[in-house]
Amino acid sequence: MTNHYIDLKNSDCILIMGSNAAENHPIAFKWILRAKDRGAKIIHVDPRFTRTSARCDYHVPLRSGTDIAFLGGMIKHIIDNNMIQEEYVQYYTNASQIVNPDYAFNDGLFSGYNAEKRGYNKDTWTTKKDEKGIPVRDYTLQDPNCVYQVLKRHYDRYTLDKVSSITGVSKENLLKVYNEYGATGAKDKAGTECYALGWTHHTVGSQNIRAMSIIQLLLGNMGVCGGGINALRGEPNVQGSTDHAILYNILPGYLKMPSGSVDTLAKYNEKNTPKSSDPMSVNWYQNYPKYSVSFLKAIWGDKATPENEFGYSWLPKIDDGKHYSIMHATDQMYAGKMKGFFAYGSNIAVSSPNSNKVRKGLQKLQWLVNVNIFDNETASFWKGPGVDPKTVDTEVFLLPAAASMEKEGSQSNSGRLVQWRYKAANPPGDALSDGDISMKIMDAVRELYQKEGGACPEQVLNLKWDYKDAFGKFNALKVAQQINGQYVKDVTIEDPTGKTPPEVNKKGECVPTFVKLMADGSTSCGNWIMGGSFDQKGLNKMQKRGKEDPTGLGLFAEWAYAWPVNRRIIYNRASCDLEGKPYNPKMKLLEWVGDKWVGDVPDGPAPPMADKEKGKYPFIMKVDGVGALFGPGMVEGPFAEHYEPLEGPLAKNPMSAQLTNPAMTVFKSDLDKVANADAKFPYVCTTYSATEHWCSGFTRWQPWLLEAMPEAYVEISEKLAGSLGIKNGEKVKVSSIRGEVKCVAMVTKRMTPFTVEGKVVHQVGMPCNYGWFNPEKTDNDATNLLTIAVGCANTFCPEYKCLMVNVTKA
Amino acid sequence: MKITRRRFLSMSGAIGSGIALSSLGLDLTALKAHAAELSKMDRIRTARQTTTICCYCSVGCGMICSTDKLTGKIINIEGDPDHPINEGSLCAKGAGIFGLTETNQHRLRKVLYRAPKSDKWEEKDWSWTLQRIARLVKDTRDADFQINNDKGQLVNRVESIGHYGSSNIGNEECWTLSVACRAMGLVYIDHQARV
Amino acid sequence: MKQELVKLIDLSRCTACRGCQIACKQWNELPASKTHNSGSYQNPPDLQWNTWTLIRFQEHVDSKGTLKWLFRKDGCMHCTDAACAKVCPTEALYHTQFGSVSLHVDKCIGCKECIVACPFGVPKYDETTNKIYKCDLCYTRLNGNQPPACVQSCPTGTLQIGAKDAMLKKAYSRAKELGGDANVYGDKFVDGTHVIYVLPEKAEVYENLPADPKVPLSIVVWKDVLKPAGLLVAGGVVAGAFLHYITKGPKTPDEETTSEGGKQI
Repeated sequence: MTNHYIDLKNSDCILIMGSNAAENHPIAFKWILRAKDRGAKIIHVDPRFTRTSARCDYHVPLRSGTDIAFLGGMIKHIIDNNMIQEEYVQYYTNASQIVNPDYAFNDGLFSGYNAEKRGYNKDTWTTKKDEKGIPVRDYTLQDPNCVYQVLKRHYDRYTLDKVSSITGVSKENLLKVYNEYGATGAKDKAGTECYALGWTHHTVGSQNIRAMSIIQLLLGNMGVCGGGINALRGEPNVQGSTDHAILYNILPGYLKMPSGSVDTLAKYNEKNTPKSSDPMSVNWYQNYPKYSVSFLKAIWGDKATPENEFGYSWLPKIDDGKHYSIMHATDQMYAGKMKGFFAYGSNIAVSSPNSNKVRKGLQKLQWLVNVNIFDNETASFWKGPGVDPKTVDTEVFLLPAAASMEKEGSQSNSGRLVQWRYKAANPPGDALSDGDISMKIMDAVRELYQKEGGACPEQVLNLKWDYKDAFGKFNALKVAQQINGQYVKDVTIEDPTGKTPPEVNKKGECVPTFVKLMADGSTSCGNWIMGGSFDQKGLNKMQKRGKEDPTGLGLFAEWAYAWPVNRRIIYNRASCDLEGKPYNPKMKLLEWVGDKWVGDVPDGPAPPMADKEKGKYPFIMKVDGVGALFGPGMVEGPFAEHYEPLEGPLAKNPMSAQLTNPAMTVFKSDLDKVANADAKFPYVCTTYSATEHWCSGFTRWQPWLLEAMPEAYVEISEKLAGSLGIKNGEKVKVSSIRGEVKCVAMVTKRMTPFTVEGKVVHQVGMPCNYGWFNPEKTDNDATNLLTIAVGCANTFCPEYKCLMVNVTKA
Repeated sequence: MKITRRRFLSMSGAIGSGIALSSLGLDLTALKAHAAELSKMDRIRTARQTTTICCYCSVGCGMICSTDKLTGKIINIEGDPDHPINEGSLCAKGAGIFGLTETNQHRLRKVLYRAPKSDKWEEKDWSWTLQRIARLVKDTRDADFQINNDKGQLVNRVESIGHYGSSNIGNEECWTLSVACRAMGLVYIDHQARV
Repeated sequence: MKQELVKLIDLSRCTACRGCQIACKQWNELPASKTHNSGSYQNPPDLQWNTWTLIRFQEHVDSKGTLKWLFRKDGCMHCTDAACAKVCPTEALYHTQFGSVSLHVDKCIGCKECIVACPFGVPKYDETTNKIYKCDLCYTRLNGNQPPACVQSCPTGTLQIGAKDAMLKKAYSRAKELGGDANVYGDKFVDGTHVIYVLPEKAEVYENLPADPKVPLSIVVWKDVLKPAGLLVAGGVVAGAFLHYITKGPKTPDEETTSEGGKQI
């Protein structure tokens, strides 16, 4: 989230699209209702009428997988009707920059496409710089090649008729949403967007969000109270596990994962440190080497020295252009190339797409370690449906873990709020915390390498691994301080003017903010964005419980700690005009008073842009300091473009000759079957989680929740059920080309057919929380037996939200 | 009397149940049945109270766990009224989080091991388990370790071991897993961000 | 010292998250039942001896053709003129100082008269213990100045509790603000309930909600004539059973569920 949960109350219009907030984030909805009480419009755009729709001003049904068409139409409407926040667009975005003359878009493809590689060369997705390297601008936005005009031309094709025909949304409904949301382009109005997995679970997932980001920039809604783009994330610490990079493509703090071609630290830092010659750009990432070197000091400790490039060579490297997500891992498993697998707190036999392939892959492993608080379909795959244990050679370890209230440590919500939680009881029996388990496994591995040597033992043995307390238990506080950053030697910094006494920092003290990190090995920092979660003397700010909210905006600056530097709303300088006065005087998030910013922790102390000498652009993380309406960030284009899902009802994309995302990866095993526009699987299906259950369903072990939502179901319209002769509550079989599951038919008025390209398209929906293992005697199994292992071209989030199925009586 | 979402943590029991009970004007024998119910409030008053954060979605709701000081067991979990986000409230999953504690008979209490071709779990102790896992990790890593990729670039990695999860553990646990994976040379590293 | 409290249920705010339904089970340590999906989100299908509050789900198309998904938190209304307490031969059901209707479980003899008498179908019988159970508005929490578990858990402000006058005032002003068919339900019958709804639709629209609930006349007779005569408990049961027959016919209470799968508590 660019903003945070409480801030939802400050909005004038909340578009909930790609989210079912009332069901999946019920407490977020509390704040949405507070906005409604203030008179805000709450709009739900979703294929299904859900508990969210029931409490919104209105619900707009939309065919799964057509969000970009819907949003593209909104971009056109906002531009055509001049609903933009003009000053913001001129000065705080790259609208005024001049696009590279070689950039082109033609019938669904941007310039630079390579069909063989299914990818783009992005060299033309750039803007013009002058001889000093500063972007050329036309602040009148009239230059036919400025970003604004190119954007306008790109979305000119998204007419109401076209969008309505693709999405199945009536023109009346489109206009209603466009006008209502577009009205937040007024300087003193804020609109926000809540999305969740409903936007990420698509082959165009990242571009769904990019399209909305373009709208938010056009309307001046980024960086303001009640605005922003807000990802309501699904797991309690998915923000933290992402920040700390249990991911193949990044290192902690969103540092880039090194690849084989970048063989030295110098090259790595050179490649990842952006340069700007624009004096008005802060270009924060110019500090990159301070963060990367401090990370290397944190992971390798004293073993990291300037002489050995701080142990850079010990970091494993990925191959350029290759990906290693869970879909790639299960593909490797199925191909017999994966031997061992660790699954912490997870149940991939239920949660990963195309579960049949995943389960067959698990059978090919030599060993599997599953750490969990309950048994599940993954740990017990060897006795699953159709599996003969005698034929499965996998050694399986199911390690008993502590539940969250049985251990201490911090957890980050999606508003970047990092809160400390305390241990209330010991875990039962032999159960241990995940921290203890990982500590003990690594201890045992290190001991073997110590004794026996082996492949690259320094990688294993040089790991700094001293995070235990006096009793040998995992010490979360020690790790938290390592993450925050510490001085690894005494550091004295002289004041160059000599006016103030030198700043003395002692070895072992916490780094009070990431601004103090150094690239010479004097500081260690496990994750630079968390620098400042402790003060220099070691006070843990994540434990703070101050309830003061002097502005009434719900910032609660004294409650826990928000990264970065306790900033509650990021890009907040964009909430003020060029003089530093808030665009909305009733929501003074920040204001330039005299010679400083007052309010939230600002995005840097520099004066607003009106100060010609020292003023800076507001988007300090961007190299050119402004929001990117156009840019090279995504793999499939500098603008979002509508493509059909990999498996959908249409044989032709109404927008262009490119049916599906030209840059996505398609897996090729015999089990990766696809049935697009196939009469055997005529209905669009989307999948989701129920309020009463969680992810792959460890809530199925909890009687109260199971009682409330006992078995799998498929939601199906009265019209479709009528034509199939299916009655409410009867058992049906839902099948895709990849598998089938039994469940209860829930015949409902809340599902309605769509008219798409002149034809009726039916849509059904299924929760993903059920499996074969429990409750006892269930005939359910994972909905993901039906889904496709294909993902967003940028992030590899699987396309759980669109597949084609058939429904028959069981 | 004003009913508010008072701070549990500072609950002093100033308004004792005794006063309220006598005002009922009922004879005490009639109240015997209530003794068991009342004792829950009393048990909570005397319990150790700790705060935690909900383990389901990412809103980050605050909760108060009451732990019986004698048994060390959690006896109640409810929303933290002081928490600025949830203000004491909880959804169905959060309100039922007590069902995740030790009281749940399905909680795993022992290491379970399944040998190749076996059709059952066996209980194991930690010492054997850790040694066995370490042996498998080392043998796999040593056998498949790649110093260079097929372009001859230095990569120091192993592609035949994968790691997944978790987004439902603490930041400190996440960070240690993240660096431990790198120290084993893994590149197939992922978590629930995508699901 | 009497302090009448009212729990206000503003259904225009309910998202059916069912925090209240589960919080009630958690606080009151009520086991779960084995249920089935019958084509609705609503589960258990009805109030049960071990389910004292329940969110009812109902799809409704209004006169303008607009689809509405109605959610209603069902449970004890805590009547002032409480039929259950009137008919209870052992005074197991009684009014507390808050105006709520509580239960002395040990006094309950399982006669089921309250089940027949209650116009809202609230008390439910458990065969194993031969007793009835129902919501007591978290009497012990009220005594400790804590809101009932359901109110504490409610994220949206659907559930509130406070002094009767204040809550009624709030209810009427909310109904006025909502306009249309919105109305206040609860204060105009059985001498006023201590649970008051703000209903966005007319009461008739809601399933299982009597538009004009009344204490049956025969019960009034029972309460005012027979009971003061000081019948013995056993006699009370006989008379109660007779009363059941003449007022409701030979209907038996709903089949109760098993508690399979809910033994964790």
